[in-house]
Amino acid sequence: MDTMRDRFAPVVTRLLDEDPRVAVVLAAIGTDGFAEAARRHPGRVVDVGIREQLLVGAAAGLALTGLRPVVHTFASFLVERPFEQVKLDLGHQDAGAVLVSAAASFDWPAGGYTHMAPGDVALLDTLDGWTVHVPGHPDEAETLLRHAVAAGDDKVYVRLSVQANGQALPVDGERFRTVREGRSGVVVAVGPMLDAVLAATEGLDVTVLYATTVRPFDGAALRRATEAAGTDVVLVEPYLAGTSTAAANDALSDVPHRVLGLGVGRQELRRYGQLEEHVAAHGLDARSLRERIGGFAGAAARV
Amino acid sequence: MTDATLTHTYTYADLPGLMSLMTGDEKHGPAATSTLDVLWVLYDRVLRVSPKGREDPGRDRFLLSKGHGPMAYYAVLAAKGFLPVEWLPGFGCYDSPLGHHPDRTLVPGAEIGSGSLGHGLPIAVGTALGLRAQGLDEPRVWALIGDAELDEGSNHEAIAFAGPAGLDRLHTVVVDNASAAYARPGGIAARFEAAGWSALTVDGRDHDALYAAFTAPHPGRPHVVVARVEPKSA
Repeated sequence: MDTMRDRFAPVVTRLLDEDPRVAVVLAAIGTDGFAEAARRHPGRVVDVGIREQLLVGAAAGLALTGLRPVVHTFASFLVERPFEQVKLDLGHQDAGAVLVSAAASFDWPAGGYTHMAPGDVALLDTLDGWTVHVPGHPDEAETLLRHAVAAGDDKVYVRLSVQANGQALPVDGERFRTVREGRSGVVVAVGPMLDAVLAATEGLDVTVLYATTVRPFDGAALRRATEAAGTDVVLVEPYLAGTSTAAANDALSDVPHRVLGLGVGRQELRRYGQLEEHVAAHGLDARSLRERIGGFAGAAARV
Repeated sequence: MTDATLTHTYTYADLPGLMSLMTGDEKHGPAATSTLDVLWVLYDRVLRVSPKGREDPGRDRFLLSKGHGPMAYYAVLAAKGFLPVEWLPGFGCYDSPLGHHPDRTLVPGAEIGSGSLGHGLPIAVGTALGLRAQGLDEPRVWALIGDAELDEGSNHEAIAFAGPAGLDRLHTVVVDNASAAYARPGGIAARFEAAGWSALTVDGRDHDALYAAFTAPHPGRPHVVVARVEPKSA
C-alpha cells in the first residue's frame, strides 16, 4: 500500500492545476514530488530552503495577497520549530493556510526523537480556530486534503502518517463515524488507531467511534454515543496521550463521566528500531489496548 | 495622496502635534521618533496607497515589522486619512483600536500586526511572492525593521532567500539607531549585499536623501535602505 504522504504531491498538484488560488510552500523537504508542478506553476510552488520560520511567515504573506498556501514539512519543523510564526503570522494576522505534516509521532523510529512530534496536536490546541484532520488511510488523506484546501481561508492542519488502517472509510471532514455499537462504554479511535482499537475491542460490548477530524471535536457524536453506551469514554490517539481529554470532558460536562486518554507517552523513549516496536512501547498495540480498555470499562464490557 | 475624507491637509510639521496626542508608551519614545522621517517620506512621496484604495490588490504594501513605539506610524496614518485623528488620544486604552503594538484587524491601513520582532520581513517575502504569482508586477512591498530587530534569525532566513530568489519588488528599510547589542561587523548594508540585495545607506533624517534611496533602481534584486538616525542612547 502507498502511504498518505505518497498521495500528497499528486493530490495537491491537481489542486494547483484546478485552482489558481492554491500555492505550495516547502522547506527543502518533499520537493521532488512537486518538480513537474513547479515547472507548470513556477510562481505558485516555492521552496524556501531549510528555513522553517520563513516557511510559515512567507505562507502568511502569500495568504495576505489572496492565495491559499499549502505548507509542508515534517511535523517537528512545521508546528514545533516555527510555533510563534504559526501563532502570530497565521493566527494573529488572521491569515489562513493548510499545514500538512509528515513523520507524525514516530514514523521514522531509527531517526530518533529529533524527527518525532507526538505533541503537535496538543500544541495547536493552545491556539484558536484550527481544524485538525488525522486521516487513517491514504484514501482518507486524499479526501481530507481536498477538504482542507477547499476550506476558504481557514487554518487547517492535516497530519499524515505511515501508520494506517487496512481499509479506508468514508470521511466528511467534520464528523465522527460510528463503527461499532455497544452498551458498556465508548471508545474513540483517532485515525490510524482504528484497526488496533477494533482488534482490541473484539468481543467487548462497547461502541467504537472513528475520528479523522479531531478539531473541532465532534462532541455531539460523543454525547449521542454515550446515551446508549454509558459515559465511560476511552480516547485512543496516535499522538500525545490525553490530547483530547479536555474536549471529551467539555462534551460531557453536564453528566457524570469518566475519561481514559490513551496515546503516545510523554516520556522520551530514547529507542530507535521499528514503528511496531514504538507502538507496543507506548501500549498502543491491540493486546495492550485490550488490557487497558477492558480494565477501564470493567466486567460490564465483556459479553 | 490626500484623501477627500480629510478636512484639511496635514504636513510633516503637524506630526509632532499628532504624536503628542498619544501618551502612555514613553518607554518606546525613541523607537517611535526614530521612524518618523522614514515613515513620512514613504507615505508622502513613495507608497502608492490611499485610504480609499487600501483593499486594492494593486496597492503598494507597507509592513511595519518594528511594531514597538507605533506613535509615529499612527500619526502618519492619521495625517494621511487612514484613521481619524480623534482616535489618537485613546492610544493604548481598552476601547481604542490603537495599541502599543499595532493590530492589522483593528487599524485601517495596517497591513500586518506586529510587536514580536522578526516577523515582518518573512511575511513581506511571502507577500512579494504572492503578488508575483498572480502577475501583479506593479505593487511594491516595503518592510520596516529596526537594526536590533535585524538580529532575529527569521530576518536572516528572509534576507538569504530574497536575494537569490530575485524578489525585486521587495524593499526593506532598516532604521538604524545603533540599538543592537552587538554592532554588525562590516555594517548592516554589507549583510544584505552579501545575499544579493541592492543596498544604500543614508541619513535617516534627510528627506531628499531618503526619497532618492527609496526610489533608486535595483533591477532583478531586492533593495534595502539603511536609514541612520541618532543613537538610541544619545
